[in-house]
Amino acid sequence: MAEPPNKDGGGRRTVPDRTKTPGSVPAHRALPAAARALLALLMLGLFGGLAMAVLSLSEPAPGLAAAVAEHLAASGVDHPVTAVLLNFRGYDTLLEMVVLLLALVGVWSVGRARGCAGHAPGPLLRQLPRLLAPLMVLVAGYLLWVGAHAPGGAFQAGSLLGGVGILLCLSGQPLPRWADGPVLRLAALLGVAVFALLGVAVVLLPDGAPLAWPPALAKHLILTIELAAMLSIGVILAALFTGGRP
Amino acid sequence: MTQPVFWGLVGMALVVMGLYALIVHAHLLRKVLALNVMSSGVFLVFIGLARRAPVEGSAPAVDPVPQAMVLTGIVVAVAATGLALALIVRLRSLTGRTFLGGDKGD
Repeated sequence: MAEPPNKDGGGRRTVPDRTKTPGSVPAHRALPAAARALLALLMLGLFGGLAMAVLSLSEPAPGLAAAVAEHLAASGVDHPVTAVLLNFRGYDTLLEMVVLLLALVGVWSVGRARGCAGHAPGPLLRQLPRLLAPLMVLVAGYLLWVGAHAPGGAFQAGSLLGGVGILLCLSGQPLPRWADGPVLRLAALLGVAVFALLGVAVVLLPDGAPLAWPPALAKHLILTIELAAMLSIGVILAALFTGGRP
Repeated sequence: MTQPVFWGLVGMALVVMGLYALIVHAHLLRKVLALNVMSSGVFLVFIGLARRAPVEGSAPAVDPVPQAMVLTGIVVAVAATGLALALIVRLRSLTGRTFLGGDKGD
């Protein structure tokens, strides 16, 4: 990425002008009151149109609930949302993992991580991870497992793991040196890689198609993918929080 | 007014309020927040309208497909927010500004 030359001698990061209020927006950029009022009227009209659209919807709706319930037995899981996410609409979830990865690549290409702790963490925050982190990891594992038959799953579990990462970062816990290197990149990639590899591998089975899990193997395949996805989501969310590449 | 319709209307109101804030505020952080309010509104519409599924015996009358889409949408919204915040931080460290425009010839 080409960086524009900095005025103050090519340092990596330009020191912002501290004489101005940080992030202040000049007054002339604000919309005049008349324009705001006009805009508010416009938005009211827009809301009216949208509300009419909602009110004109038929009820009960011709949704896909019946179709999902009909094929739930062949999906390998007992919870309809998990079945839709990882079986019936697997492409959505695969590409969603790709979006997460792309966002991470985008954030990493924008700048370096500046560390989470802007100020020294207090005694409470320093001790909190010792108490909470193991519990959060445990709950993440539970959520992953319970997702097969009740609300839960890889995304809920992954966001909890991401929370563990953020908590550790905020409390100033030093991470082991290896955690910043290839291990971090591999962990971020794991979800997409496992999902895509398994999704392609099932083509080799008799009358296989991409991402079409055979019912006999579906439970194991979905659990494997969810495990990898959980790890990747947790790592990516925590890495996004640090705001740059390590 | 049934429950799905009520939540649909609340979601639409959030979308419209977010859109208003998105246009009115120049500060990029406020714009990101406005976009998040808008996406929350869309999620609420999806979740609310998912309850319009026909009741069949003991099966819950909820359409799981919109719910799964919202789960996908939340993750995408979080990722996009993270990227947007990183871009704002970068813009500020390069120019000291947290709003768009203001370049020469703007």
